[in-house]
Amino acid sequence: MDISLQNVEYRYQVNTPFERLAIKDVSIDIPSGTFLAIIGHTGSGKSTVLQHLNALLKPTEGKVVIGDRVITADKKQKNLKEVRQKVGIVFQFPEHQLFEETVEKDICFGPMNFGVSEEEAQKRARAAIQQVGLPEEILNKSPFELSGGQMRRVAIAGVLAMEPEVIVLDEPTAGLDPRGRKEIMDMFFSLHQTRGLSTVLVTHSMEDASRYADQIVIMHNGEVYEKGTPKEIFSSPEGLLKLGLDVPEVVRFQQKIEKSFNTRFSKTCLTMEELTEEVALLVKRGAPK
Amino acid sequence: MMEKMIFGRYVPADSVIHRMDPRSKLILIFLFVCIVFLANNLLTYGFLTVYTFFMIALSKVPFRFIYTGLKPVLLLVIFTLFLHLFLTKEGEVIFQFGWLTIYEEGLRQGVFISLRFFLLILMTSILTLTTTPIEITDGLESLLAPLNKIKFPVHELALMMSISLRFIPTLMQETDKIMKAQTARGVDFASGPIKDRVKAIIPLLIPLFVSSFKRAEELAVAMEARGYRGGEGRTKYRQLSWGLKDTGMLALLAALTLVLFLLRT
Repeated sequence: MDISLQNVEYRYQVNTPFERLAIKDVSIDIPSGTFLAIIGHTGSGKSTVLQHLNALLKPTEGKVVIGDRVITADKKQKNLKEVRQKVGIVFQFPEHQLFEETVEKDICFGPMNFGVSEEEAQKRARAAIQQVGLPEEILNKSPFELSGGQMRRVAIAGVLAMEPEVIVLDEPTAGLDPRGRKEIMDMFFSLHQTRGLSTVLVTHSMEDASRYADQIVIMHNGEVYEKGTPKEIFSSPEGLLKLGLDVPEVVRFQQKIEKSFNTRFSKTCLTMEELTEEVALLVKRGAPK
Repeated sequence: MMEKMIFGRYVPADSVIHRMDPRSKLILIFLFVCIVFLANNLLTYGFLTVYTFFMIALSKVPFRFIYTGLKPVLLLVIFTLFLHLFLTKEGEVIFQFGWLTIYEEGLRQGVFISLRFFLLILMTSILTLTTTPIEITDGLESLLAPLNKIKFPVHELALMMSISLRFIPTLMQETDKIMKAQTARGVDFASGPIKDRVKAIIPLLIPLFVSSFKRAEELAVAMEARGYRGGEGRTKYRQLSWGLKDTGMLALLAALTLVLFLLRT
């Protein structure tokens, strides 16, 4: 399902002394099957953009097109359930949304709200719990007796069980240990590939953005600062550095080598493998004098 | 979704009312609540209304903001009005239609009592809109200090108040966040039959309770870690100071009281 934001503006608390412009003139296209990463500082408007993707927020200006639904400021929206089923959002710290007596019930909650039968929902729950790498026995436990990392995975399973076509992730790995981080990101990436999902990832991690995304959007002060493929974005990192954002370690390493050997590689490397190849080439031919 | 709520919300501005000593504001409100009951005719109610709107003007809080925030309460006010209108059966009949009869006394009482109600809400809103929660509790603690003599735990009470006030916005944010998360999972909070909407509260309340308990515990630990022991010998960072404007405001209220006494029937 294609999603597109066209000149979207959003103001919080319109007509109160607290009115605040959160994002303005944001245009982003997310064609079906894209892996898009949104990067920016805290307060850059990332989370506000994200909430437009399934009509939790209605733009105060501009329009959002989700599949065949068009969402604009002046139109009253009815029956958004279909949109919400197709676009699953994993919020930051999703473990805060758990509430049921058992893990199974909690995972079934989403699908059943969208009219899936109980048996079907339970089947999905079993599949989802495996996907997130937890044993099936956990289904009968209370979500509140799990560890933080397990709760996170259960909450993610709850969104996966809705079988969305687009999955939106708001810093899904915040506060996890490095191994859990990698496992969860790899899981999302393989889902993205095998099921042909569109994925939108809001993140601080340049590593994740460069490793997984096809498209990167950089947000700054509520506006789109730059967008492009990881190669485009990271081959001219000056802009990023000016905003105080980081570049992936691999790119930083390449820059350092290029500087100290006074040379330029043929391309910007985003993975360790690419970089080793380039370095091997450099060693073979020797540094220019 | 909770953006329009104004209870317990502070609107920063630079006005006489904002700069007043919280103690004088509290005394003022307390006295106002008492003298509201002195009014009993058109003229006295008129004075009260003028006074209230004068205070709102002084506070520099946009009236439109107060109005949108109080809309839900206004419903209650209107309900009171109708209750009196239909249920009081005294005085002359001024309107009759089928089973519906409206008496003069009903109209009078309905209008006056709902106006009284409305003015009270407005005044107390001004207090919370122009005073930070911490000022209110500081003011209360200082006003209630004499009660310490009879072993009443004034400081603890003030602390409890400031903690609960402090966490209202946090709780609101949390509510908003969880509401959004559950909406994304297909819960419909805004429409549908009442039965479903009541049921929709459960996935909201349970996570809220869980996180509140967690937060309370974290707060307790953080306070202990910083050596909090209670009120005994604790000094204050914010000093309250009673100024000319505070005396002036109380004098204005005294004048109003006098006027009410003279004009009431």
